[in-house]
Amino acid sequence: MESLALLMVFGFAAAVAGALLYIPSLIAPRRETPIKLEPFECGKDPVALPEGRFAIKFATTAIFFIIVDIELMFLWPWAVLYRTLGWFGFAEMLVFLGILMLGFLYIWRKGGLEWD
Amino acid sequence: MILLVPGSYYTGLSAVLFAIGVTGVLVRRNPLVIFMSIEVMLNAANLALVAFGAQFRNADGQVLVFFVMTVAAAEVAVGLAIIVAIFRLRPRLSVDDLSAMRW
Amino acid sequence: MDFPAVSLRAILPAIVILTTAALVLLLDLLPPRERKGHLAVVSLAGVVAALLATTWLWGGESRAFRGMVVLDGYALFLDLVICYAAGLVVLLSMDYLRERGLESGEYYALVLLATVGMMLMASAGDLIVVFLSLELMSLSLYVLAGYFRARLASGEAAMKYFLLGAFATSFFLYGIALVYGSTGTTNLDRIAASASRDSLMMVGVALLLVGFGFKISAVPFHMWAPDVYVGAPTSVTALIATGSKAAAFAALIRVLVTSLRSTQPDWTVLLWGLAAATMTVGNVVAIAQSNLKRMLAYSSVAHVGYMLIGLVAGGVFGTGAVLFYLLVYTFTTAGAFGVVLLLEHAGGEGVSLADYAGRARRHPILALVLSLFLLSLIGIPPFGGFVGKFYLFGAAVRSGYIGLAVIGALNTAVASYYYLRLIVYMYMREPEGVEAVSTPSFAGGLALAVALVGIVVLGVVPTPFIDLAQAAVTPLLR
Repeated sequence: MESLALLMVFGFAAAVAGALLYIPSLIAPRRETPIKLEPFECGKDPVALPEGRFAIKFATTAIFFIIVDIELMFLWPWAVLYRTLGWFGFAEMLVFLGILMLGFLYIWRKGGLEWD
Repeated sequence: MILLVPGSYYTGLSAVLFAIGVTGVLVRRNPLVIFMSIEVMLNAANLALVAFGAQFRNADGQVLVFFVMTVAAAEVAVGLAIIVAIFRLRPRLSVDDLSAMRW
Repeated sequence: MDFPAVSLRAILPAIVILTTAALVLLLDLLPPRERKGHLAVVSLAGVVAALLATTWLWGGESRAFRGMVVLDGYALFLDLVICYAAGLVVLLSMDYLRERGLESGEYYALVLLATVGMMLMASAGDLIVVFLSLELMSLSLYVLAGYFRARLASGEAAMKYFLLGAFATSFFLYGIALVYGSTGTTNLDRIAASASRDSLMMVGVALLLVGFGFKISAVPFHMWAPDVYVGAPTSVTALIATGSKAAAFAALIRVLVTSLRSTQPDWTVLLWGLAAATMTVGNVVAIAQSNLKRMLAYSSVAHVGYMLIGLVAGGVFGTGAVLFYLLVYTFTTAGAFGVVLLLEHAGGEGVSLADYAGRARRHPILALVLSLFLLSLIGIPPFGGFVGKFYLFGAAVRSGYIGLAVIGALNTAVASYYYLRLIVYMYMREPEGVEAVSTPSFAGGLALAVALVGIVVLGVVPTPFIDLAQAAVTPLLR
């Protein structure tokens, strides 16, 4: 029953961690001053509030990146088995990339790649 | 391939991960965090699929994981877009604020 | 190495629609960039072409991509239902979007992509394909629900639909993982052959039912439906209420009836409870609604309950009755939402019960048409709704589920209250305020006419369609 021992270790660890979080919240005094509530930035006064906004264009670029990133996941196995799959795999991959290129053309013409 | 750890351990871990994800969806209020919890659930399923695939020694599980990762990426893209669209109308993000409609 | 036979014939209707979607996106980039009316026409042409392809393939049966896709009579029947739903939605969208200055290629491309997902769900032969097509449909619908970007309600609908939909998807996926863990395959036929009934399988089936329950909005997984139906553009609501439900039912029936046959006693019990709860909650809560879109949302939840009765009853009669009811329900619900859409104001107002007071005086034709759709939803002859309910309850009695049939009949009585109340409002109340008389456009009128002809034909000569539905499910039950 080594699994039981493992479970007991996990259980004990969780209990200790939970207790360390829970007990102070019960007994520790809470005196909040404005200075204590400020975000900590290596001892200096913060230059700007942390909830500053990012421009939307970063989000758009991130979305495009994810999609192109995932495309590689399908190219990889094809590249590994390139010789085995032969012309059949090549044709299939051309279809796949062709559809992807349509999407790319669409993003480009719609101005999704313009930075400003 | 020899599994160093018995297959049932993977199933157990994936079940725990799935439960953590469900809890996260139910208790958190920020849509981004809820979505991250959903990703945990998806990855719990991925882990189970890969473990079962190794157990049965066939590729179906692995193939499905590939597609799940693709779908998850598409979900992220759509989800981010929806969040950005709402953020333009209302700067604070909490699902409790999304209450223009009530039954 | 052997390669899977590429038989594009098996996915021809889906390919037609997919090509149209790509074409619409490309045409959107070309001039004229101000006017987008031609994109709707191209989309409609694509849907009609898919409809023709479906009828051309009728009667054949082909499997392709190593059993991943099955194009049998069942899939073709549902392709018809889905094509009708998509066609009606495109017709209704034309002027609805133009009046609000929101016509775009993306809208029609997304509607078409959602349609592709729905069609593939109907012909999925493998859980991988069920998952992928479900996601293709859902992701398109999430975006469409938030299409009115300037309206907070629309964004809210998209967010709720997205979060709850993705939540449901992960349950569904975990269910697939467990079924795979129990049987070692994701192919529907091979799962059936393994006839596994261990605990992994049981939990997996339950999780799959949770996922499907969300998509068909069965109680207790219906909470997203009212908010999404109200917040989404009404044309998208019509698509979510008809096409996506038909597709989810299509996949649900195929998965349950063919591949999970070994667990039939177990899921029948679960579905019995779901059916009773869905009917009752849907109808009772619908009574309390003052917003028409919300009332129709709960009414559509209730109709899911009726359809689940047929699934509980099982066999050629029960499952065939579900398919027939899906056809009737698609026409009726798309028609009812169509009238609501034509009477809606540009800002999204004008959908409350009070707004419909005296509508019959200002819009006599639209009020009459809406009344006919409501009568079909209640299940009054000579409309399709009556025949559909008759066969569903009949199948339940035949299989010995008399209790469920009685609950269904009682629910029909409850439901007639809130449908008739709307008719009373339209015909017997004095109108409040002044309102311009708008004439419905040609496209909108055409959509309503098609839907109306549909429910009348299905109600007056139902026999050939019932035979079609029963012939469609027979191969599943072999």
